[in-house]
Amino acid sequence: MSDDLKEKHGTTGHSWDGIEELNTPLPRWWLWTFYACIFWGICYSIAMPAWPLIKGATPGILGFSTRGEVAERIAEVESANAGINAQLAAADLTQIPNDPQLNGYAVSAGAAVFKTWCAQCHGSGAAGAVGFPNLLDDDWLWGGSIQDVYTTITHGIRNETDPEARYSQMPAFGTDGLLEEGDIDAVVNYVMSLSEEPRDATLVPRGAEVFAENCVTCHGENAKGLREQGAPNLTDAIWLYGGDYATIRQTVEKARFGVMPAWGQRLSEAQVRAVATYVHQLGGGE
Amino acid sequence: MTNILKLAALALITLFAAMAANFAHDLAYKVNALLIMLVAGGLFIWVLRNTDETRATRDLSGEYMDGVIRFGVTATAFWGVVGFLAGVFIAFQLAFPGLNFEWAQGYLNFGRLRPLHTSAVIFAFGGNALIATSFYVVQRTSAVRLWGGNLAWFVFWGYNLFIVMAALSYVLGGSQSKEYAEPEWYIDLWLTVVWVAYLAVFLGTILHRKERHIYVANWFYLSFIVTVAMLHVVNNLSVPVSLFGSKSVQVFAGVQDAMTQWWYGHNAVGFFLTAGFLGMMYYFVPKQAEKPVYSYKLSIIHFWALIFLYIWAGPHHLHYTALPDWASTLGMVFSVILWMPSWGGMINGLMTLSGAWDKLRTDPVIRMMVIAIGFYGMSTFEGPMMSIRPVNSLSHYTDWTIGHVHSGALGWNGMITFGALYFLVPKLWAKERLYSLSMVSWHFWLATIGIVLYAASMWVTGIMEGLMWREVDANGFLVNSFADTVAAKFPMYVVRGLGGVMYLSGAIIMCVNLFLTVKKAPAVDTANGLVPAE
Repeated sequence: MSDDLKEKHGTTGHSWDGIEELNTPLPRWWLWTFYACIFWGICYSIAMPAWPLIKGATPGILGFSTRGEVAERIAEVESANAGINAQLAAADLTQIPNDPQLNGYAVSAGAAVFKTWCAQCHGSGAAGAVGFPNLLDDDWLWGGSIQDVYTTITHGIRNETDPEARYSQMPAFGTDGLLEEGDIDAVVNYVMSLSEEPRDATLVPRGAEVFAENCVTCHGENAKGLREQGAPNLTDAIWLYGGDYATIRQTVEKARFGVMPAWGQRLSEAQVRAVATYVHQLGGGE
Repeated sequence: MTNILKLAALALITLFAAMAANFAHDLAYKVNALLIMLVAGGLFIWVLRNTDETRATRDLSGEYMDGVIRFGVTATAFWGVVGFLAGVFIAFQLAFPGLNFEWAQGYLNFGRLRPLHTSAVIFAFGGNALIATSFYVVQRTSAVRLWGGNLAWFVFWGYNLFIVMAALSYVLGGSQSKEYAEPEWYIDLWLTVVWVAYLAVFLGTILHRKERHIYVANWFYLSFIVTVAMLHVVNNLSVPVSLFGSKSVQVFAGVQDAMTQWWYGHNAVGFFLTAGFLGMMYYFVPKQAEKPVYSYKLSIIHFWALIFLYIWAGPHHLHYTALPDWASTLGMVFSVILWMPSWGGMINGLMTLSGAWDKLRTDPVIRMMVIAIGFYGMSTFEGPMMSIRPVNSLSHYTDWTIGHVHSGALGWNGMITFGALYFLVPKLWAKERLYSLSMVSWHFWLATIGIVLYAASMWVTGIMEGLMWREVDANGFLVNSFADTVAAKFPMYVVRGLGGVMYLSGAIIMCVNLFLTVKKAPAVDTANGLVPAE
């Protein structure tokens, strides 16, 4: 075929290292598609903001802007949900589950809030991670009633932005020299003995004494924790940081200081209530 | 006399590099200073040992300068395998995060290896291919030896020194965090020197050409060299914090910096990976097919349209960002108009095969070049489509972009380079033919299936994650968390990694084949003399 092309159109009459060029005209379909694209480009740049001027640019006859488009869609959703959001913000928290329509809305809205803001620490399935509590079980640090969950979400934990944030601080018994080395070893073994086998059973009686002198104020005489202090139950084999010897030892020596932001400062009242409802119905709610 | 000047200069460089290594503020800078010290010191000894040697003075002007091209071809094959290997490894790091080994944190984790992969394939593999083929093509189509004597050797070694410095720097944490422009200021300065030398060699050869007209391949090569110089200098305008440290501060800030970066980034694709490789196509396709180029008119129109339009298309990388809407619209308009000029190259390449289509059956090298042109056409259609704002709102930040880039890079740049290497090695080492055509066929099929697996898995996962990100329920609430989309991509990540393994295996087969061609293929007595100009 190219020999036909050569006969039909000829070459440019030149050869480079044996390469010749045919004088074939531009393919029509190619040329017209190119023209069509240019024509479309001119029309589109008249319709849309496009050409820069001295100050600003041509706005386009359709008045389109990407920001405007987003704002419009957000406004649409917000106005569609405005009524039910107001209802949610005013509802008695404990009564939400009794209103199927409001409850269904709160759970789906709460799930979206959770996936956007909470999943980073607590996991997209809310099962938590080391240092970030599992929200599916019934083991609560600061309380598992809907009101408790709502307060925790609104004010957060140990943050510096909300004076009403839940706050407590475990002493760093090792770093601050509050306990001797032998006592730390003993109390760690005692804490282990509450839920499983200690590393060294002979140290447990001494550990119990140390525990009674230093730890009961927050963790309670039976070590079942104290929610007012956010002090965990040490007998249930559920661990926030880990229940092996080395981890408990690190907790006793250096203490822990888990922080959660005050979401009341970032989310709307309806969003906070929605996510509280969502977390409460995950399984562990009281 | 020149030897004394050389020795003095090398001694000074060695001394300064030693001081720089001593005062270095960071590890990347220190290691690179030591590297320069060793290179300059080694050269010093080499020059010193050769000062009194009498040089054989033979007139070489009647021969092509092919030694440097043989090195370039070898470097291309070598860096290709390195870059593909890095790519396969980081693909599996994404599928199996455990491969970000704890003991190698800060050196071999994904964030450090990703720029190593992109730079190795684009600049080391692609760059060496462009330099080597442009030196080959410009000599043959100008009927003259490379201009500038040993300057061509400086370009080759200087460019590869740039690559080694950049690679060491990435792994050790020296990066200015601009995509495809990661090297810090001192490496940028060195590349600028090398690039000016490259321009001088190429332009000098063209100016001394014996042919009356400049062949089309050389227009593309020249536009690539000139534009990349401009892009490189403007995008890397920065002020070093210290003469003895890697860190520098960009002169542009905020959205201006982003716009400059993507003006650079998109034209790195346009001029490095498109214009330069079209230069390759315009020589190797007609040579291998032994047919004339389809249309001179098309080549001239699509060349000028391409280089005029490409330079404006960068803003499509910044749709729906802080970039003003007008700039985003213009980027999209120029990208869509660019569709036909890009396809002009595809038509000219494919139609050059008119009357030689039967060679597809018998010649796997032609097959490789044809599939390269096919992927070129596909990705230059996909690109304008993805630049359309509403399409982009789905595709942006997803793996679709990764799939698009790789169908262009693996399909077009990779395959046309493999074709050129298969053409060049027998010619450069004076062999009658390649060692094995069936190995070329194996390479062809492994690479093709590998690309299909890669691109298809990224299309699927890209569109899937784009849809998952925007999925809302009846009340307008998001359905998926980000981690849900990551988990959903896992199977596709494994498929992508396997595609990469196939592509890498093909490249290794190629290296073995080329090596055996040099070692074992029957020799042929070809004079290295210039072809007579017309």
